[in-house]
Amino acid sequence: MKRSISFSVNGDTVQVEVHPHWNLLRVLREELELTGAKQGCGEGECGACTVLVNGLPINSCIYPIMEVEGKDVLTIEGLASRDGALHPVQEAFLEKAGVQCGFCTPGMIMSAKALLDANPDPDEEEIRQALAGNMCRCTGYIQIIESVKHAAALLSSIEQEA
Amino acid sequence: MGERLMDELFVGKSFARMDKDKVIGRANFINDITLPRMLHAKILYSARPHARIKSIDTSKAEKLMGVRAVLTGFNVPEVKVGFLGDQTPLKKDKVRQFRDEVAAVAAIDEDTAEEALDLIKVEYEDLPAVYDPIEAMKPDAPLVHEFDARGKPRRNNLLPLPWKLEAGDVRKARESSKYVVKDRFSTQWVHQTCMGTSGGIAEFDVNGNLIFRSVTNVPFGGKDRLDMFLKNLGLKGRSRVLTPYVGGSFGSKLDTDIYEFILVLLAWKTGCPVKIVFSRKEEFLASPPRQPVIATVEQGCDSNGRLTFRNIDMILDNGAYTSWGATTPSVMMIPVSSLYRVPNVKFQATCVYTNNIYAQAMRGYGNPQATFVIEQSMDQLAEASGIDAIEFRKINANVPYEKTPMDLKITTCPMSECLEIVEKRLNWSEKRNQKTSRGVGVASFLHVGGGARVYLSDAQGIIMKVDDEGKVTVITGGTDQGQGSETIIKQMVAEATGFRPEDVSIFQGDTEVCPWDVGTHASRHAFITGHAVLLAGADVKRKVLDLAARWMPEMIRFDLSKRARKDPNFQVPLLDFSPLMDTNNLELRNAEVFLKDDPENKHFRLPVAKILRRAHLVGTGKGEMVVAEAFYDPPNEMLNREGKGNLSCCYTFGAHGVEVEVDEETGLVTILNYVAAHDVGRAINPMLVKGQIYGATVMGCGYALTEEIQTNHGRVMNPNLLDYKILTAKDKIPIDPVIVEPIEPSGPFGAKGIGEPACVPSAPAIVNAIYDAVGVRIKDLPVTPEKLLKAIKEKKAKEQ
Repeated sequence: MKRSISFSVNGDTVQVEVHPHWNLLRVLREELELTGAKQGCGEGECGACTVLVNGLPINSCIYPIMEVEGKDVLTIEGLASRDGALHPVQEAFLEKAGVQCGFCTPGMIMSAKALLDANPDPDEEEIRQALAGNMCRCTGYIQIIESVKHAAALLSSIEQEA
Repeated sequence: MGERLMDELFVGKSFARMDKDKVIGRANFINDITLPRMLHAKILYSARPHARIKSIDTSKAEKLMGVRAVLTGFNVPEVKVGFLGDQTPLKKDKVRQFRDEVAAVAAIDEDTAEEALDLIKVEYEDLPAVYDPIEAMKPDAPLVHEFDARGKPRRNNLLPLPWKLEAGDVRKARESSKYVVKDRFSTQWVHQTCMGTSGGIAEFDVNGNLIFRSVTNVPFGGKDRLDMFLKNLGLKGRSRVLTPYVGGSFGSKLDTDIYEFILVLLAWKTGCPVKIVFSRKEEFLASPPRQPVIATVEQGCDSNGRLTFRNIDMILDNGAYTSWGATTPSVMMIPVSSLYRVPNVKFQATCVYTNNIYAQAMRGYGNPQATFVIEQSMDQLAEASGIDAIEFRKINANVPYEKTPMDLKITTCPMSECLEIVEKRLNWSEKRNQKTSRGVGVASFLHVGGGARVYLSDAQGIIMKVDDEGKVTVITGGTDQGQGSETIIKQMVAEATGFRPEDVSIFQGDTEVCPWDVGTHASRHAFITGHAVLLAGADVKRKVLDLAARWMPEMIRFDLSKRARKDPNFQVPLLDFSPLMDTNNLELRNAEVFLKDDPENKHFRLPVAKILRRAHLVGTGKGEMVVAEAFYDPPNEMLNREGKGNLSCCYTFGAHGVEVEVDEETGLVTILNYVAAHDVGRAINPMLVKGQIYGATVMGCGYALTEEIQTNHGRVMNPNLLDYKILTAKDKIPIDPVIVEPIEPSGPFGAKGIGEPACVPSAPAIVNAIYDAVGVRIKDLPVTPEKLLKAIKEKKAKEQ
């Protein structure tokens, strides 16, 4: 039996018919065609499916869809501004080569964004802790950490200008 | 070609990555592609490690609503696949391992396909199985294959691949050696563990041609194998391979995997596109990893510490079938024969069938296993001869322009320099031999750096199309797996042609359009592509300057007179246009054409886009456009029957030095400092080179300390990311990457390949450091806390 639920994705309100046992990732990818978040394991271990729900990073592959009712979901597709300008975290991942194959990147960037929202000037240990649930096989994490540090600097200079 | 051009604008600089689509969620991987009428496939794997298939009942699955096809070995043609032809996509007579594909389903969605698998009943009759390669070599061992691909009866489990290499006289050298050490080492199964799992989509077009969306990193090799498969099925069509973004490869996508042939069968039977994406569990169970080896190593040296001989015998657990894993001894030969100067060498590798999972390529292709055993033996020999471990390596270090016993012709070789960097940055002399639970260790490596002729061709084709807007489209047969080729290709094209990186776009991933390439493997991509870019780029530049010489005078005259018409005060200068008419006087840089000897002359400088547009749109029927192509095949050699030959145009060297701390209460190893010195020839993009060093080093540390596919009677016991432990962000390894640039004469812009080597020396460097810290040598990877603690306890018990 499908049920109807309503929530916000990247600022747009959506109404979707879902089976209650579905997870958020399935609905994002298959019903809403937002394929940015990836399924790397389906068991909440690799973090490739990370999106923000009410600002907090979650593994959408094990997040029950019925829990999303009325909440705000932010995916990688909603991070750049509508005019196409990259978010500083996205920019930083390109500038510091935090990206290689790109499969973990959407999840990694969303975890980094959540960290920087809560802690604008994290040290290396705090970054490593925040990204502990996001696996990457290409980079060895070092340039990802440099990217997050760079993003923090970009964000702080934007704030100072404002 | 190898000379550094002092005024290079783009090469040698750390340009930011240019794959913007990956950070905005718009990069399409196999997972993200949906086609009209597309069906979803699932595969039923064996429930037994070795058994006869008595019957397969698919009747219930066929009746399930939404199921479009259920295939088994009994309802598809029997076509052998794999380079030894030792399996069929769907198994019919018997299963030989738990990953054997027994049935496959295509259905309207994944849930239905999954449900259908549960409805298939297979009846097995168990056979005795063998899981240990040493046991499998015994004469009375159960036969994994009773017949070879040609139907000839087999008498044992040995593969018909007798890997051997011999140079000099090992026996004589042993007799004259002052010190000799001999030991046995072993390594484990490890998995590539790409973040994107395996997958593909197969469909047939209206003309019966196969369109295959694949994660392969050898699109043209894959196309050949698919074409052969179609032919053997009796189909007339040809195949076209499309490669979207790949979520990592590390060698895992070098061979056409069994599920890909199954997709073809399902697409053929259903007439619909059929997609599969592996679950993580399936990825661990049914995609072939790096194989384990059991190695016996003997080495000797004279009283001055000079190596006299090396004798290595390897046994490789091949698993039940044969993929590229069985050919890794061809690369093992490189370090065995040529890591350090050793005049007398003997090497033998035996691949043995067992009822285990079978192996594929993985980053380093046999080199990590071989270097693990050689570099521990080097430490043992240094100790036996009373020489410091780094000093011993320096005494035996490879030198520039030597020819090795395998007939490798070394060109540039900063091995000693790399060892010195490690010595200095690790503060070696102070940290070594302290026996305080802290210790330092070192290991060197060499690897192919200038392609590797493992097929008859080691070539790449490239086409450069320059349009009338001044944009360059590079059409290449190469593929990217994340290393950043889209960024460095743009840098190299801009340098070679005189355009700018932002003028360059890359088209790849379609065998129907792109020129041939042997594939992205053997750290060859930047090297081979770089050469192809230099050849085609020089042609583009020549053609553009030719157009410039013919059009610039007229265009400049026209602009000047136009300006004079508009501005009565403007005096048209008297100019001598003749220098412009000779292409030799012209230069193209940063997308502008100007006089080589008079770059400041503002009259004689035009944007290249303007010239191209003028030459294209002439209005007379004589318009011209610029297209150039190149097919670069490097001057390296295939190995001869003796296993000798100059496999690569150049070789890359390096040394890793590690400082560890061992917790003697828990057996836990902490890496305190890690120096990774790498000869890269020349860094096209230093930031991306470091990315390769970081990533591969961390992979190598996982190989040393945490990663292992655990099997029990052929069954993989840890097929998930919780129990198969790749390192995470919490596992901090303080890597200090040092890029050494000897500027390789055979390399494009002086560069050597760098994709694989950093995962080669990590394990022996770490194990050597652990030995320095606590005096125990772990000879079987990985060095888990349990193993290390046991060894420490045993050592302490002995000492008491």
